[in-house]
Amino acid sequence: MNDATPMTSLPTGTLMQGRRGLIMGVANDRSIAWAIARAVAAQGAELAFTYQGEALEKRVRPLAASVQSDIVLPCDVSSDEDMDRAFAVLAEKWGKLDFLVHAIGFADKQFLRGRFIDTPREAFLQALDISCYSFAAAGRRAAAMMREGGSLLTLSYLGAEKWVPHYNVMGVAKAALEASVRYMAADLGPDGVRVNAISAGPIKTLAASGIGDFRYILKWNQYNAPMQRNVTLDEVGGAGLYLLSPLSTGVTGEVHHVDCGYHVIGMKHPDAPDLTIEKG
Amino acid sequence: MSETAEKVKKIVVEHLGVEESKVTNEASFIDDLGADSLDTVELVMAFEEAFGVEIPDDAAEKITTVNDAIKYIEAQQGEADKA
Repeated sequence: MNDATPMTSLPTGTLMQGRRGLIMGVANDRSIAWAIARAVAAQGAELAFTYQGEALEKRVRPLAASVQSDIVLPCDVSSDEDMDRAFAVLAEKWGKLDFLVHAIGFADKQFLRGRFIDTPREAFLQALDISCYSFAAAGRRAAAMMREGGSLLTLSYLGAEKWVPHYNVMGVAKAALEASVRYMAADLGPDGVRVNAISAGPIKTLAASGIGDFRYILKWNQYNAPMQRNVTLDEVGGAGLYLLSPLSTGVTGEVHHVDCGYHVIGMKHPDAPDLTIEKG
Repeated sequence: MSETAEKVKKIVVEHLGVEESKVTNEASFIDDLGADSLDTVELVMAFEEAFGVEIPDDAAEKITTVNDAIKYIEAQQGEADKA
């Protein structure tokens, strides 16, 4: 492996030995949350998972089993009772927690097209509740179990900082999420709990299938990112491992871009081909 | 059975964990093969990857049976041959 090729195999080791973490938001084996879970498990971490609904449960259980995890809990993050229940089970089983991965977002698909300005109040509040408030709500409960310090990690996207087509209310929710990272970092810093986000480049996940013209976005990034390719799941997993492990004990309040450098670009690369959106 | 049809059926069998004999051309992913709404999205992603084709959302919504998938992919492959 050199710096020009994407990471293709997970480094194994003992960086996360003796550390326990909760992973919220795995949908299937293409999920970014799963890539992070896999990376920390390969370093000895012990994991628990939450899911929402039966359809996701049947996907999460076998993945959890593949990393020797038998703590798989239902949790609808829009319900305080559900959150309390999930963390109560975790407190009973483990007592302490070392890290949390929050990979949860939601916006009604019909508002991930058209104009942001037309988003109805209900859709706005739901997107902000599930995609942003849930991080503070889960972070507060997780931090209460982190008596020896810990690390909270969430996932964002460039659409929080800049306009990206179709991202709309999710962009606004991610902007609030990134601001939450800074405020939570200040809140929890004195307790040795770090709070960071990864802003990943576009990846074809189940969640991404709800975003309009996603293939166009993927291609545009591939042609115009400084590294002229898209980021891989394992690369985001590797960055997640760094932010959850003792390698990053001096890092908090950070939004770390794992996007092959795309976020520094201000204009289309002159050598990149012109792209048109392919319609069905 | 065409090569495409065979490959489509193999993907369906593997993804949904159903018996091969149940995956007929007429079988509906949701009604006959027990797929949930996430399965249908995952199947489309698997087809795209396996065949190197692009299946946009509006086309994906119309793919409800095994035969719909085979037809759509074969049509896309025909387009690619012409290009």
